[in-house]
Amino acid sequence: MKIRTAIATTLLLAIALPTFADTAAPTPPPPPRRGLGGFGGGPFPMQDGEAIYKGVCQGCHMPDAKGAVGAGMYPALVKNENLETAGYPVGVIVKGQKAMPPLGPYFTDVQVANVANYVRSHFGNKYKDKVKPEDVKLMR
Amino acid sequence: MIGLAAGTTAMYHAMTQMALADTSTFKGPINLSAPPAGASVLVLGAGIAGMVAAMELRDAGYKVQVLEYNGRPGGRNWSLYGGDTYTELGGATQKVQFDAGQYINPGPWRLPYHHQGILHYVNRLGVALEPFTQVNYNAYVHSTTAFDGKPQRYRTVQADFYGQVAELMSKTTKQGALDQDVTKEDRAILISALKEWGALDANDKYATGLEAGERRGFASDPGGGLNSVAIAGKRIEMGDLLKSGLWSAIGAGLAYDMQSTIFQPKGGMGQVGKAFGKALEPLIQYNCKVIDIKQGDKGVTATYIDSRTGGAPKTASADWCVCTIPASVLSQIPMNVGGPMEAAINQIPYMAALKVGLQMKRRFWEQDEHIYGGVTYTNQPNTMIGYPQWDFFSKGKGVLLGSYCFGTPAYIAAAKSPEERIKDALAYGANIHPQYKDEFECGVAVAWHRVPWTLGCAGFWTEEARAKHYDNLCAVDGRIVLAGEHASRIPAWQEGAVTSALDAIERLHKKAMSA
Repeated sequence: MKIRTAIATTLLLAIALPTFADTAAPTPPPPPRRGLGGFGGGPFPMQDGEAIYKGVCQGCHMPDAKGAVGAGMYPALVKNENLETAGYPVGVIVKGQKAMPPLGPYFTDVQVANVANYVRSHFGNKYKDKVKPEDVKLMR
Repeated sequence: MIGLAAGTTAMYHAMTQMALADTSTFKGPINLSAPPAGASVLVLGAGIAGMVAAMELRDAGYKVQVLEYNGRPGGRNWSLYGGDTYTELGGATQKVQFDAGQYINPGPWRLPYHHQGILHYVNRLGVALEPFTQVNYNAYVHSTTAFDGKPQRYRTVQADFYGQVAELMSKTTKQGALDQDVTKEDRAILISALKEWGALDANDKYATGLEAGERRGFASDPGGGLNSVAIAGKRIEMGDLLKSGLWSAIGAGLAYDMQSTIFQPKGGMGQVGKAFGKALEPLIQYNCKVIDIKQGDKGVTATYIDSRTGGAPKTASADWCVCTIPASVLSQIPMNVGGPMEAAINQIPYMAALKVGLQMKRRFWEQDEHIYGGVTYTNQPNTMIGYPQWDFFSKGKGVLLGSYCFGTPAYIAAAKSPEERIKDALAYGANIHPQYKDEFECGVAVAWHRVPWTLGCAGFWTEEARAKHYDNLCAVDGRIVLAGEHASRIPAWQEGAVTSALDAIERLHKKAMSA
């Protein structure tokens, strides 16, 4: 996997500041700039792996994790050997890959670890080793 | 004077410098010379970029063939009407139940006046336009955590915020706090300007008087005859405004892309794609899923299958190729281009967006609240409510854009079923318009990460990614050039697609002429 560190770092800097700077006072979303305000909207609220998968990931990878095919495709996560190395899903989640957006700015290290562990232990994947939040931190 | 002395080009440049002729990089209709005899171009994708390229190359004299994944022209230029069926990734199929004349635009919905490229084609194709109101002073700004969740009128929030900022500035200026920064002479002018900008009274106060009423409206409007005296309302105090966060919603119309005048095609944005398709009719082959793109010394060959039924692969070949397939999809198609272009294609993530259309039995926002077009902004996940900008005062039905969001709420919506997305939009909307509960009839929800032919709404670029990859994405690679909003600096806007396509074919043509 090619790691696009520079881009991911930039995204973190560019997005994390406006998104997370003021969590105390709830404010309405800013007016759209250039039509589509890029990434943004604040962190995902779900915490445990299953809730994150069902609340976010299945939007593309589908509820059964079998992915989908149209003009392009979303990869299936069912019995996916790429998941064997824990760093792989963590890197893809945090930094994105091709069309997949880098979701690092939306998640805490704990959230990323939780969802990576969920995917690696469900959908026919039976990897025993666990991702720890510290592992995620190193990927950022 | 400049025009007479130096000719129209010089005048145009002078006007541009004087900011009188603002536009995108669109330079007027493209004029390509006659291509080499028999030269051909394969265009991949019949969205706006592909169809602009196809039309201009055809007109120049190229033999053009277009392959399109969908069974219709337009791509993201798309309107959903009653009777339409839309199947998203995952298989959920929505049959749109809207009445005749009702629609939503799941993709683009606005044509700013300075997007002269797309406007040129809209006019060339004879698609009628009508105004699109971005800022409606009588629509709402709303926060669930301010003013007991009661929506406020855009007008009063803006007037009260500007007014009290002006009052503060005026006071500060008089107290001498700005003496270091503003000359004595300018201080008097500044105080006059603030009086005008903020609608301050004779004492430079944003009082709750008739001056303020001319901006924020009145508790009781003036009228004719007896009992017609205007009664001033009461301003929202600055502290409450600041804590409400609603100040962040009143910049909506300030952005260059959101400034008046904005247009929309009559009958839906999709009319543009349809008109393009009709104008190119014999050239576009629909339901073609491209699975491989190969270039060689003599030309380019695309391999494709039927996007509905699969079946045996077929091929289409030409001397040159304009590829407008979104990078999200193109990054999955084998294509022998150089490393720099490949790297550029592979680093464009696609953004999340959601649009939900809700048909209401009656136009209660007009009838009950006097909101005619424009947008309400809310801190709820639906983010916006857009009011239909046509058929004003109709006694019939209307379709609201019940949700238009990006980022977090759009990702979450994509993970839900279309029915749940509609249910959510109804719940959020009812906090602003309680009429929803009685008037809702049917809806449709498009979450862009579920759209089979884009896998997201538009390409996302950071400045650093642009510096590293943008030129490599746009450069002609052998016989292939890419075009689309993702190959523009106006991402997610059709003007980006148009100007990208024109620039791409100009360079491809130059290469074809020298080959």
